[in-house]
Amino acid sequence: MALLEVRDLKMYYRTLRGHVRAVDSVSFDIERGKALGIAGESGCGKSSMAAAVLRLLPANGEYHGGTIVMDGEDVLHMPEEKFRQNVRWSKMSMVFQGAMNALNPVHRVGEQIVEAILQHEEIPREKAVERAEGLLDLVGINPKRFGEYPHEFSGGMKQRAVIAMSLACHPSLIIADEPTTALDVMVQAQILKAMAELRAELALSMMLITHDLSVIAQTCDSIAVMYAGKIVEYGSVYDVYGNPVHPYAMGLVESFPNIHAERSAVRSLPGFPPNLLAPPPGCRFHPRCPLADEECMTEEPVLREVAKPGHMAACHKAEIVQQGVGIWER
Amino acid sequence: MGAVAAKLEKKQFQHGDVIMEVRNLTKYFPVRLSFIQSLRTDDPPVLKAVDDVSFDVYKGEVLGIVGESGCGKTTLARTILRLTDATSGAVALEDVDIMKLNPLEMKNLRRKMQVIFQDPYESMNPRMDVQTIISEPLRIQGLARTVHEARDVVSSVLADVEMIPPEEYMSRYPHELSGGQRQRVAVARALALDPDFIVADEPVSMLDVSIRGEVLNLMLNLSREKGVTFVYITHDLATARHICDRIAVMYLGKIVEMGTAEEVIRNPLHPYTTALIGAVFVPDPTHRGISEVLKGEIPSPVNPPSGCHLHPRCPYTMDICREAEPEFLLYEGTHQAACHRAKKARG
Repeated sequence: MALLEVRDLKMYYRTLRGHVRAVDSVSFDIERGKALGIAGESGCGKSSMAAAVLRLLPANGEYHGGTIVMDGEDVLHMPEEKFRQNVRWSKMSMVFQGAMNALNPVHRVGEQIVEAILQHEEIPREKAVERAEGLLDLVGINPKRFGEYPHEFSGGMKQRAVIAMSLACHPSLIIADEPTTALDVMVQAQILKAMAELRAELALSMMLITHDLSVIAQTCDSIAVMYAGKIVEYGSVYDVYGNPVHPYAMGLVESFPNIHAERSAVRSLPGFPPNLLAPPPGCRFHPRCPLADEECMTEEPVLREVAKPGHMAACHKAEIVQQGVGIWER
Repeated sequence: MGAVAAKLEKKQFQHGDVIMEVRNLTKYFPVRLSFIQSLRTDDPPVLKAVDDVSFDVYKGEVLGIVGESGCGKTTLARTILRLTDATSGAVALEDVDIMKLNPLEMKNLRRKMQVIFQDPYESMNPRMDVQTIISEPLRIQGLARTVHEARDVVSSVLADVEMIPPEEYMSRYPHELSGGQRQRVAVARALALDPDFIVADEPVSMLDVSIRGEVLNLMLNLSREKGVTFVYITHDLATARHICDRIAVMYLGKIVEMGTAEEVIRNPLHPYTTALIGAVFVPDPTHRGISEVLKGEIPSPVNPPSGCHLHPRCPYTMDICREAEPEFLLYEGTHQAACHRAKKARG
């Protein structure tokens, strides 16, 4: 049994003009100790999905069905108080986007970690301080800096501190939403390297949300590509990068420049994502898809197995894409 | 793909083709001190954003200036356009020293040099339509008195940036355009005066990856078809490798390595460049491995390390690196670097 099983999850935002279907019938699994990458353009619903899994919806967010099962327990329908006590932070925690804003500027960094521990566990303060120092050490920050304020830390160190905080209660799953987007390339590499080592050491599972496919290629075991609130391709990173079967995933993979490859034109996907208030009928990608025909405009494709076991795609034309035809050649 | 492949052919540049010469350019910013601190010091500290930088830009090339945030690449861009005045040094555009021009002469010269800013959401007036935005430089330069007089130019530059048919886009407002389209309007605005020289400061970093290619390929096409020279400022070595003819790598206000894109990426001479290349993630799960990354983060440019600025982070530091600043030397071909180790290796 997988650590986290999400089935048909639907989360819509209520607006004056109707429902924005940010997460629309999404299903995926995260195995113990494995990492799943969620990729997609801005506005495709990937951050909304993280919020939905952690039950941290904004005021206008609503669940419209689905289940989230962690360790065999339905965590979506349990009372909020129980979820807060037993699940959030102690079983699944989060590394937020932009560490600069995730730390409270008027509290000492170490104290913020201690606070996270004491919120969830009844242990003496000294024990919590001891653990917080150990956590700082674990992520590569000198524990002597326990009493410093966030402004005394550099961007990379703040992000490390936020990671330490997410580990405070020994969770089994970490949800990281663009953990390195605001950081420089060199610091990004340091942080992701540290996260990979921590995951191996603590047997952590991870859900990594990012627009950067190269980060997922380097750190995750499987990948879900989202488009307009839906997962359009899902499978192991080797299958999806090696042989993408959805036109969108294929275009996205190809639009990433590889620094070691021969010099070539940088690809792009023409057009832009649809308005989620009124997504196009049929396949939501059809207005941008070079293969779209009558069927794509009317019939919504279901996520089905293509090519290999466990390699799924929601596309009527997956068999054509699978042959590796250069559908994005112009 | 044939046409694109042809465009990617490396251009050969002759020495006579220089469009801009930058010599010993420095830009220091004063550091604010408290009143008491200012009384105690005779030598007030400065932030050396650009520190004694010299290079040439060739006509029709795409020159990439690559570095982490805080390395001074944006200040360099602003200084060579004289959007900010240099502390010392010279910048010559087609043999005219732009640092010595008076404001009127400078205004006339601005026809030749244009800029594309990073954020297409902030760099356009939301109350102007596309037509007005693009014709504004023409009106400022006195080449058109009204929006309508400029219509033909607007229409042709919109066609140049592949917004076809132009009539459909002219009356739209920025909020009606996608990010990629906005950035193309920014390129069109830069093209309206038919400039020879365009500085693009992180033109795609705010865009989704799927549409970055649009804007980058557009820049490449314009340089090849119209002979426009681009200076592409970026932190992204992977895109620089694919669209630039030459690349300059900056660290703490100095250019540490420069050469053709092939020379710099295939055979980096400076350990900083090597680390920067190693830190770029490859979108391919079968080639895993984050290679040696430099420790720590970029130090403050107010009080940079002695000798070679990289020495506290460099894995190969020798005694000389702490004491003497390395010279910027020419190695094979056009490949230049400032590193004691590279010099020693050459003998």
